[in-house]
Amino acid sequence: MSQGSMAQTAPSSVAVNYNMDVVRWAALATVFWGVVGFLVGDVIAWQLAFPVLNFDTDFLNFGRLRPLHTSAVIFAFGGNALLATSFYVVQRTCRTPLYGGKALPAFVFWGYQLFIVMAAIGYVTGVTQGREYAEPEWFVDLWLTVVWVAYLAMFVGTLLKRREPHIYVANWFYLAFIVTIAMLHLGNNLAIPVSLFGTKSYSMFSGVQDALTQWWYGHNAVGFFLTAGFLGMMYYFVPKRAERPVYSYRLSIIHFWALIFLYIWAGPHHLHYTALPDWAQTLGMTFSIMLWMPSWGGMINGLMTLSGAWDKLRTDPVLRFMVAAVGFYGMSTFEGPVMSIKAVNGLSHYTDWTIGHVHSGALGWVAFVSFGAIYHLIPVLWNRERLYSMRLVSHHFWLGTIGIVLYITSMWVSGIMQGLMWRAYDELGFLQYSFIETVEAMHPYYIIRATGGALFLLGSFLMVWNVYKTIRGDLRNEAPIGTPATAAAE
Amino acid sequence: MLLKKHHIVEKNVFVLILGIFLTIIIGGIVEIVPLFTMEQTIEKVEGVRPYSPLEQAGRNIYIREGCYNCHSQQIRPFRDEVERYGHYSLAAESMYDHPFQWGSKRTGPDLARVGKKYSNAWHVAHMTDPRSVVPESIMPGYPFLAKRELEFDDAQAHLETLKMVGVPYTDEMIEAAKADLYLQASEDAEYDDDFLARYPNAATGDFDGDPEKLTEMDALIAYLQVLGRMVDFTTYNPQMNLR
Repeated sequence: MSQGSMAQTAPSSVAVNYNMDVVRWAALATVFWGVVGFLVGDVIAWQLAFPVLNFDTDFLNFGRLRPLHTSAVIFAFGGNALLATSFYVVQRTCRTPLYGGKALPAFVFWGYQLFIVMAAIGYVTGVTQGREYAEPEWFVDLWLTVVWVAYLAMFVGTLLKRREPHIYVANWFYLAFIVTIAMLHLGNNLAIPVSLFGTKSYSMFSGVQDALTQWWYGHNAVGFFLTAGFLGMMYYFVPKRAERPVYSYRLSIIHFWALIFLYIWAGPHHLHYTALPDWAQTLGMTFSIMLWMPSWGGMINGLMTLSGAWDKLRTDPVLRFMVAAVGFYGMSTFEGPVMSIKAVNGLSHYTDWTIGHVHSGALGWVAFVSFGAIYHLIPVLWNRERLYSMRLVSHHFWLGTIGIVLYITSMWVSGIMQGLMWRAYDELGFLQYSFIETVEAMHPYYIIRATGGALFLLGSFLMVWNVYKTIRGDLRNEAPIGTPATAAAE
Repeated sequence: MLLKKHHIVEKNVFVLILGIFLTIIIGGIVEIVPLFTMEQTIEKVEGVRPYSPLEQAGRNIYIREGCYNCHSQQIRPFRDEVERYGHYSLAAESMYDHPFQWGSKRTGPDLARVGKKYSNAWHVAHMTDPRSVVPESIMPGYPFLAKRELEFDDAQAHLETLKMVGVPYTDEMIEAAKADLYLQASEDAEYDDDFLARYPNAATGDFDGDPEKLTEMDALIAYLQVLGRMVDFTTYNPQMNLR
């Protein structure tokens, strides 16, 4: 019955020659790209507060750095976190090394890093398709396709040679993520290059069809890259760390299938009140609202896994990262359906509210659950007794949390305020504010947001230090956190 | 109960993959495919034409610099937006946009109808130093655009590629592509009936204040100045296009 117990007992006693090299590389790449992505994000946040920071250059201006930030965080940081954890989880829960020997997993890892570097160079030099979260040009897309097919083959191959009768629930989510991203990537990047030796291509679709294809992709980059994959992470690391089985096996089945079915429909909520036909908008809104249920199914399954182990939150900041992440996941998957309601979207769309929403998911959910997984993995991967310092993990947690709170609250205020200012009329029936007045009003919130981002970035530096010291084998001499709960907590 | 049978899926990788694939394919098919087949997806209006070579070059610069990160090109049918920006956007107006640039954020104002709202000189000043004309602006400066000569020697190849993806460029347009590129930025264009027949409503003349060379600034402004001006809304009847 209990899927979680399987994860717990994945026996390290049985001598399986796991391929942990590639997991180590991907874990380090996660930390590295995370810092890069957060740093670029904070730079562009300050650019919005103080435009002089664009320096009048082409390669450092906001328009080119913003895709660098989004891709660095989503695909480089998030992508490597998914590679690291999926490589690890699929081996442990199948009790078999990765399929494809040493070479195939290594190709997936290094091929993916090459994709990231090619995409990043493109962004700063202006080689872009101009499609949000799918900016890389055609030749980079082709390369990613090759890498992705290898990833799928490696993952499925590992599942095929498993030494467990069942495929563990975390792997369903990883598999759904890999399969769906393949479909979305191919569907959204259909383009014809101007020349085989040039970088420029033109999308096969135009206007309204192009818009919906893009947001079918864009929303499901969120749904499958940033949600399904990370739910896979949750389903392994939360039970593992809490030493409790997954709360409900049935709930995991229902919310898995419901989630992947409903997510795909939600794209049109990015196009409310545009020239997209109304029927498509309404359909997108309806499914987005329904999506609330399977999203919370996942949250409940994650949180309730802590039943009987809540006291661990006091003593284990790594688990605290994961649980806070699931909490943020619940919050942003409630906010999302609310924002997909047309009447709400009429106010929120085009404003910072959307940016705040994305970051409560990206920082609160994606980054926090990844930090939790990384902190859990580093001592395991390098055979260390424990992390260098749990106190540093705790400081990281609080810096990150305060950073996120500053970020999302300032964006709520600025977003809702700007939306209201755009539609405000004076008593004579004229628009009350010029556009630039609404820009001016954003200034204090942009500073608060950038400060929150700086705190989050600072926290990630603590992680770098902690990871470095742990790998070196140092142990900080420190008192354990909190008072260990006694049996009375049961 | 179905849940009891779930072990079949959990024990067979290919059943699981097939199940996932069938589950995720449905939404896209139902929502996207009809957009290509239903005739009323795109309104029937007069005036929308392919971009001139110079406008297309400018559009490519708009994409290159990531303008879409801060500017939308999609006016929603709200009273305040229509008053601020003009008639709400029609699907037809972006039917030759490969890719679409509707955007998702208005850090700066919507640009769907920015064409001819400001003079060329204003655009040059604004792009070179935004705060010289709008002191509170937070837009980056793009002074380098006026210094760089436009590289669009393969204009013909670009138009041919766009034709492949469905933009109705005629042979005449493709043949004249390179000549049109320079023609549009010269004072002669205004009197060239052939050019104006190919690209009605195109803004013409020197854009960047430097008639000696054709710069990226010329191209970008040529593009901005045509935005939203192709359809004549004095003759547009929305009742004809209820969707």
